Amino acid sequence: MIAAVPKRLPKITVWRAIFAAILLSGAYATYLRVVYGLGGSTNLSDKFPWGLWIGFDVMCGVGLAAGGFTLVAMVHIFNIKQYRPVLRPAILTAFLGYLLVTLGLLYDVGRPDRMWHPLVMWNPHSVMFEVAWCVTLYSTVLFLEFLPIVFERFGLHKPLEWIHRISVPMMILGVLLSTLHQSSLGTLFLIVPEKLYPLWYTPILPLLFFVSAIAVGLAMTIFESWHSARAFGRALELPLLSSIARVLAVAMSVYLWIRFLDLLHRGVFGLLLRNRTETWLFLLEIALAVVPTVLLYRPRIRRNPAALYACAVMVVFGFIANRLNVGITGLEAGSGTHYIPKWSEVAVTLMLVAIGFAIFRVIGQYFPVFEAHPAEVTPLTREAEEADPLSVG
Amino acid sequence: MPRAILYDSTLCIGCRACEGACAERWGLPYNDKIAAEETISAHKLTTIVTHGDHFCRRLCMNCLQPACASVCPVGALQKTAIGPVTYDAAKCIGCRYCMQACPFQVPTYEWSNRLPRMRKCDMCSARQSTGKLTACAEICPTGATFNGERNALIAEARSRLGAKPDQYYQKIYGLSEVGGTSVFFLSAVPFEQIGLRTNVPQEPLPMLTWRVLEMLPDVVSTGSVLLGGIWWITNRRAEVARKEGPRK
Repeated sequence: MIAAVPKRLPKITVWRAIFAAILLSGAYATYLRVVYGLGGSTNLSDKFPWGLWIGFDVMCGVGLAAGGFTLVAMVHIFNIKQYRPVLRPAILTAFLGYLLVTLGLLYDVGRPDRMWHPLVMWNPHSVMFEVAWCVTLYSTVLFLEFLPIVFERFGLHKPLEWIHRISVPMMILGVLLSTLHQSSLGTLFLIVPEKLYPLWYTPILPLLFFVSAIAVGLAMTIFESWHSARAFGRALELPLLSSIARVLAVAMSVYLWIRFLDLLHRGVFGLLLRNRTETWLFLLEIALAVVPTVLLYRPRIRRNPAALYACAVMVVFGFIANRLNVGITGLEAGSGTHYIPKWSEVAVTLMLVAIGFAIFRVIGQYFPVFEAHPAEVTPLTREAEEADPLSVG
Repeated sequence: MPRAILYDSTLCIGCRACEGACAERWGLPYNDKIAAEETISAHKLTTIVTHGDHFCRRLCMNCLQPACASVCPVGALQKTAIGPVTYDAAKCIGCRYCMQACPFQVPTYEWSNRLPRMRKCDMCSARQSTGKLTACAEICPTGATFNGERNALIAEARSRLGAKPDQYYQKIYGLSEVGGTSVFFLSAVPFEQIGLRTNVPQEPLPMLTWRVLEMLPDVVSTGSVLLGGIWWITNRRAEVARKEGPRK
C-alpha cells in the first residue's frame, strides 16, 4: 500500500494552502446549498431575490470573459494579426469564464434540474430568455473555438481542418452572440426603473454594458498575459500589450464619455451632493475607471509592465464595482432592504474563481495556448517588473 | 370580460378573514402566529397590514401588463383573459426574475424548500373561471374586498368617491399604476400612508425591455452583414498582399 504513494508529494506552498482552504469551504457551502436550499446557503429574501451569485458570478463572470470576443473580432475579423499571440489565452479565459458562469447559475437557480427549460419553453419577451440562449449558444461557440487547441495538442489534423472550414461564420456568430449577451445583462435591469438608483438606471444600460465589456476584455487580456508570463516563466509580450493598452485607453474614454453624457442628459449630477452610500460607491467606481484611463495615455505607463498591470487591474476592479452597483448595491434602497452575502455565497464565488485560475494554469501548461515566440523581452521588462506600480506615473 | 378586486380600506375592520380564506384556498396552514405576520411570504399570499388607524391589504395586483409575465424566461407566468396572472410551477426554473421585476414586490419564494416554487396570489383564477368569487371577497364580512367585473368596479369606486368626498382620498390606486392593475385600492388617506407604492411608473413596465429586445433581429442581421463585410475586406487585403509578395 505504501508503495502506491507517490514518492514526491506536492510541496505545500502558501498559495496551495489557500487554494485548498477555498475549495474546502466551497465544498461545504455546496453541501449547504444542496441540502438546505437557497434559504440555508444565502442571505437572499423575497425583497432581495438576487445577490452575489448573480451580481458577481454571472454579471462579472460574463464581462471578464469578454476578451474572447474582443480579440476574436480584432484578429480574425479586423485581421489585426499582431494580436494573435494573446488570442488563445483570451479564448481560453472566455471559455472557462462561461463554464464557471454556467456552474454559478446552477447554484443560483432554484431548480437547476430545469436549466434546459428556456430552450424549449419560449418567451421572446423575456430578457432572461435571451440571456439563456446567449449563454448556451456562445458557450458552444467558445467550445468550438477552443477545440483547435485540443486537436493540435493531440495531432488530430482531420478534425482541425474540418473546424477551420467553419471558423469564419462561427467567429462572426460568436461576436454577435457576445454583443447580445453583454448588452442583455444591462437590459435585464431596464425593468426596475423604480428600484435601481438613478445614478445607474438609464435606458442605455445595454449600450454601457456592451462598451464596458469591450474595455474590460482588453484589460483582462493584459491581466492574464502578465500572470501567465509569471506563472510559465515566459517573456512578456510588452510591445503587444502596450498596443492593446492604447485600444483599452480609447475604449475606456468612449465608455466614460457616454457615461458622462448620459448622467448629464438625465440631469442626475445633483445626486452626487447627497451623502449616501450610493454616492460613494459611484465615485469609487468612476475613480477606478478614470485613473487608469488617464494613466494609460502616458507612454511611460504603457511601456512599464508593472504600471500597465496596475492599470489593467484597476479597470477590472472598476468594472466589478460597476456590475455590483447595478446588480446589488444600487438596488438596496429601492428594494427597501439591506443585503450582505452569507459566508457560503462568498465561499462558492471564491471557489469558482479559484477553479478558474487552476484550470487555466493546467491547460496553459499542457496545451498549446501560448504560441512560441522569439524572445521579445526587452531589457526593461525584467527590472521594471520589480518596480512598485505606485511609484510610476 | 376581465375581472378585478376592489379593496376599500375605509370599510376594512382588520378581521383577517381574507387571510384565513386565502390560506384555505391554497392549502396553507393558518393560525394566530401566522395571522400576526403582516408581510406576504411563501406561506401567506395575502395579508392585512395595520397603519395606525387604517388597514391595507397586500396581494398580487394582477397587472394588466404584468412585468413578471414579460420577464419569465419560460412563460410560467401568464396573464389570463379574465384578469388573473397565473403561475405554472412545473415550468419555473427559479431564476426569480419575476421577483426582481415586480414593482410591488409581490412574488415570494420557498427559500427553505429544496425544490422551491415562487408563490403569489393568482386572484383565485380557478374559482373565477367557474364563475365563483375570489375566496377573499366571498368571505369578507364588510364588503371591503369586492370582486367583480373590472369596469363595473371602476364605476363603483368612482361613485363611492363622489358620494362621500370627505371620507375618501380622491384617487383610485391601480387605475394607472404600471399601466393599470386588476386590484384597486380606495383609502381615507393618501396611499403612501397605508404603505402603497406611489413611485411606480404610470406606464406598463414590459415596454422598457421590449423596446430593446425588439431590435434584436435588426442588430443580428445588420451585425452579420457588417462583420462579414469587414472580414471580406480585410482578408481580401491580406490575399492581395500574399499574391503580390513582400514589397516592403
